[in-house]
Amino acid sequence: MRRKGFRGDEGVSLWRRFVNHGVTLAAAGAVVLVLVPLFAVFGYLVYKGIGSVNWAFLTQTPKPVGEAGGGMANAIGGSVLILGIASLVGVPVGIGAGIYLAEYGRGRFGDFIRFTADVLNGVPSIVIGIVAYSLVVLTQKQFSALAGGVALAIMMIPTITRTTEEMLLLVPTNVREAAYGLGIARWRTTISITLRTATSGVITGVMLAFARVAGETAPLLFTAFGNQYWNWKINQPTAALPLQIFTYAISPFEEWHRQAWAGALILIILIVLAITAVRLAAGRGMVKGVS
Amino acid sequence: MADHALGAPRLPGPEPVVGGPSREAGGIRRGSLIPDSTSQWADWAFYGAMLACGVSVLVLVGLIVYELVTKGQLAWHAFGWKFFFTHDWDPVNDQFGALPFIYGTVVSSILALILAVPLAVGVAVFITEMSPRWLRGGLAFTTELLAAIPSVIFGLWAIFVLVPFLRQTVEPLLARYFGWTGLFEGPPYGIGMLAAGVILAIMIIPIISSITREVMTAVSQQQREGVLALGATRWEMIRMGVLRNARAGIVGAIILGLGRALGETMAVTMVIGNRPEIAKSLFAPGYTMASVIANEFSEATGNLYLSSLVEVGLALFLVTIVVNILAQLLVWTVTRGTRARSHA
Repeated sequence: MRRKGFRGDEGVSLWRRFVNHGVTLAAAGAVVLVLVPLFAVFGYLVYKGIGSVNWAFLTQTPKPVGEAGGGMANAIGGSVLILGIASLVGVPVGIGAGIYLAEYGRGRFGDFIRFTADVLNGVPSIVIGIVAYSLVVLTQKQFSALAGGVALAIMMIPTITRTTEEMLLLVPTNVREAAYGLGIARWRTTISITLRTATSGVITGVMLAFARVAGETAPLLFTAFGNQYWNWKINQPTAALPLQIFTYAISPFEEWHRQAWAGALILIILIVLAITAVRLAAGRGMVKGVS
Repeated sequence: MADHALGAPRLPGPEPVVGGPSREAGGIRRGSLIPDSTSQWADWAFYGAMLACGVSVLVLVGLIVYELVTKGQLAWHAFGWKFFFTHDWDPVNDQFGALPFIYGTVVSSILALILAVPLAVGVAVFITEMSPRWLRGGLAFTTELLAAIPSVIFGLWAIFVLVPFLRQTVEPLLARYFGWTGLFEGPPYGIGMLAAGVILAIMIIPIISSITREVMTAVSQQQREGVLALGATRWEMIRMGVLRNARAGIVGAIILGLGRALGETMAVTMVIGNRPEIAKSLFAPGYTMASVIANEFSEATGNLYLSSLVEVGLALFLVTIVVNILAQLLVWTVTRGTRARSHA
């Protein structure tokens, strides 16, 4: 809650008033300073990227060094494949774990899982990459979309778990009791009543987790590895949009830099769309507790 | 699953809206009122499945620890503690010491904190206590949008915008006026520790400021009113009524930002210069723990090399875990009780 500035502050010393206004200015200055890089990043993405996004960019595979043209179609496709695998693995497990915590996880054991999920959330993505490498790449003896998907799934699970739990807890106990009172089995209540009521909130959590891993690069470096060609097989090295941006950005070629900006623009558009959808859903009062 | 087992028609699904008037259930249908043995069986099966999902979180963390420890064992046996205190990183002669990476990670993260903390706290204070109401939501959303930008895009931006700016404008100035400190010596490449610190700062501002906001909001309104009633100005109210009460939580937010900075990989890798050296000057290139894994892991030939990289990963894992747990506990001391669970 805010109150209006001081009326009748004659009694307040000049120095205190000066400090008061000074701090207000400083805080406003901080906001401006933080907004500068934000707008600079978005501005440059649009400015540098828009000229390079064209039909060829969206439909062709990369051309060899030195040749103009080509695109990132295979990387976009690869990202879809990897994110698809990640969602297929991560979403059900995350929601399941969230249901467990909300509906059964009241005791010590639930707290332990909750705590572990938070720990997992804080694990650096590059470390997750190492683990996915050991688990999948070493056993299959090659880099693959599957390994990348597993790495991203591991990163999605804690986010989805905690938001699902939070959303299910928002459903009033009365609703559950009403269902039990009608003689509906507990599992059926959870799925058809509780989860359904919280659906939009749960979807929000999933979208947030998705937006978070969509731009992840580090865990894909030595799992999906990258590929200059189309690949739809889950056991083959696969290109991904963030990986391609990285490779192109650190390359010495002008043409590739251009494409890196274009790829980055596409990536950020996808992520901002996801976030805005979440925001709209949240703004309509369907979800609470998500900022 | 056992949809037919219940013998009940599909439920109409009343969908009561949280906090709002609940919609009328569309007609009451007859269902099985008494749970029979099949539904009890289904209950157990459902419970088992959900439990398995919950336990999988534990299994994942267990797997992470197990894989890191076993794969890093070779390096541990070869070098022991010396691994963390020597600075030779020489794959050709199988000599590995992680000190330059630890140094790079620590210095870049601390630099990021020094730059980010005043700004992030300032933003949080402005949004929660000073901003006009109509601006508040928009500002909160916009600053948090910064968190949605992927690391690799920050890196791309840093390479082509931030680094040239540092090289041409900021670093010459720093060298001229603060060169005597020894921190700003040598040729201003642009790329180096300073660039890494700046880009990290930009990346951790949103997390620090959003958690600081959360903590400040948790401070009770009466505290503010009490201090104001004593004749405090707005800033005095914020300082004595809000910041002092939220202290532990704000420290938690900062430590959480530190945890983020320690593990950040791509943007740092793209601008830090990737040279395993320890230099006093912030203009000099460096290397971080996360960066060395990102750059060398897929090319590591030889078991000892790979194992050394995994051990760097293990160290990074342990440090971030400790840092994150500490931060969570601190944040929790302030926000505890404000987010009452609605369902016991």
